[in-house]
Amino acid sequence: MDNTELRTPNSDPIITVENLTARFGDETVLENVSFEIYRGEIFIILGGSGCGKSTLLKHMIGLHELASGRVIINGIDITSADDNEMVKLRRSMGMLFQSSALFGSMTLYENVALPLMEFTRLPLKIIDPIVKTKLGMVGLSGYENHLPSELSGGMKKRAGIARAMALDPTVLFFDEPSAGLDPVTSAELDMLIRNLNKGIGTTMVIVTHELESIFSVAHRIIMLDKSKKGIIAEGDPRELKEHSENPRVTNFFNRKATH
Amino acid sequence: MPHDQYALSVSGEKGGSIILSISGSASLDTISLMLPEIKTLLEEKHPSKLTADLGNIDYLDSAGALLLIQLENEAKRKSVPFAYLNMSDKVKGIMTLLDRDAISANPIIPEKRTIGFFERIGEASINLYDDILEVISFGGELTLEIIYSLFHLRSVRWTDVIVYMKKVGVDGLPIVGLITFLLGLILAFMSSLQLKQFGANIYVPSLLSLAMVRELGPIMAAILVAGRSGSAFAAEIGTMKVNEEVDALITMGFNPVRFLAIPKIFAAIMVVPILTLFADLFAIIGGLVIGVFFLDLTVYTYVQQSIKAITIFNIVTSMIKSVVLAILIAGIGCQRGFMVRGGAQDVGNATTSAVVAALFLIIAVDSIFAVLLSYIE
Repeated sequence: MDNTELRTPNSDPIITVENLTARFGDETVLENVSFEIYRGEIFIILGGSGCGKSTLLKHMIGLHELASGRVIINGIDITSADDNEMVKLRRSMGMLFQSSALFGSMTLYENVALPLMEFTRLPLKIIDPIVKTKLGMVGLSGYENHLPSELSGGMKKRAGIARAMALDPTVLFFDEPSAGLDPVTSAELDMLIRNLNKGIGTTMVIVTHELESIFSVAHRIIMLDKSKKGIIAEGDPRELKEHSENPRVTNFFNRKATH
Repeated sequence: MPHDQYALSVSGEKGGSIILSISGSASLDTISLMLPEIKTLLEEKHPSKLTADLGNIDYLDSAGALLLIQLENEAKRKSVPFAYLNMSDKVKGIMTLLDRDAISANPIIPEKRTIGFFERIGEASINLYDDILEVISFGGELTLEIIYSLFHLRSVRWTDVIVYMKKVGVDGLPIVGLITFLLGLILAFMSSLQLKQFGANIYVPSLLSLAMVRELGPIMAAILVAGRSGSAFAAEIGTMKVNEEVDALITMGFNPVRFLAIPKIFAAIMVVPILTLFADLFAIIGGLVIGVFFLDLTVYTYVQQSIKAITIFNIVTSMIKSVVLAILIAGIGCQRGFMVRGGAQDVGNATTSAVVAALFLIIAVDSIFAVLLSYIE
């Protein structure tokens, strides 16, 4: 948990969420949530089960429509952007889904190459080394011709990260990256995240509730709460663990059962 | 030590303070016998105060603990003071594990009640209405994407188109051929039974070829494609939805309709008309078998009579019909797939629904064509 390894982020917001309200039918899951994410930081969204963290992430990347509020990424407001702006924005973002969501009918090579072939005019002889280096970056060198069904859970996640990074995005989103992974694989994934952040400076937004990962990689966190339908804590997790005045926050970080 | 031995004893005067001693095993295996026995013993003694002596219990599980709690509650209900005696730590441990409130707490949401007949009709109508809206909405989106793709041919995933052309067309040919061959056989045979009476066997080939080219060829091909490929498209896209692969496409900046549906629909458009022609051909061959072996027609006569009956107009309209049906079948298959939200059962429902809806559309469109063509001719 040596935090001098974490890259110092800029103080320039790359993502601004303003008064975001998320609704599913009649149920309001999140209400008036506002926060900023700075360029280059590793930002974690956490909270108990059902607090809306995956929902928040999906609204931030435009998979669901906001009931109200705005989300501004790289200067573009996703709630009012037209189709062309959205496609441009999506190319600057990458997402790792909880199930890795690799395309089952394509090999790893084809999965990672897909965004490159679709959105760039690069010839195959340049795309080829790009795909191989991306796979190499996540420790999957040599697995180009494997199908997703032939990989373990941890490998699938890493392949998903390679694909998310194909276009060298400025922001990477992770939905519960450690879910279903053993502690060693989970730690390796944390190390990969830290190294990518340190080496390339990509802003990373991670939804998780794995404490070890949080303390190991986070610059800043926000904690969501189901009853408040919003943020109950914001800041450095190590600080919050020791000094927060909110018992829900300290219980979470100190892993204390509530009854 | 077996967990199915127990013994009960009561001591004390009738109507006074009673001690109920339980020994042995108070567990899932014994409580069903223990309970009525306790009931009988206590009813005999009619206690004014009840103590449960647990000192000789050597095995207690949560079912046994529940039994004791029920005893306690029953005593409370009858306003009889109740106490435990000789509760070992182990017994205490299990007793505290049980959440007594859970027994009497109200559920958060009420039980699903069976809804009445009229409610069901209402619900079904609303679902049908919503469904029609979704299909129309998807139809609009699909139309836009087809037009876009026709003007931007380079944006179409042609390798996928070829893969689906093989799956829908080439792989479907054997079954289309076999079924239409048998259909031709049957039609020729059945019609000849009537026509024979008038010595009019010569009309069998023309009846068959006209029926196939105008109506049955397109319909049979469409039905078989709906069953084979309409369902496959729904299952494929539905499973991708469940695996978040469609979400991944969206976040990567792809349009899922353009990426997943267009290749399937283009493949169907190119291949279903060809399947229709083969359907016509195999049916005529089936009729040929009957004509030659049962109706004493020569091959030359049969073929000549078949061809004479159909016009270029018939063939062109049947091709147009095939294209329209292809778009509808592939389209509804994809639409059902995109509508999947839940897990395996949802995918199964979508697959079934794709076939049923496609069959319905086939008949509806065919009727419309029949009416239109009757005005044109």
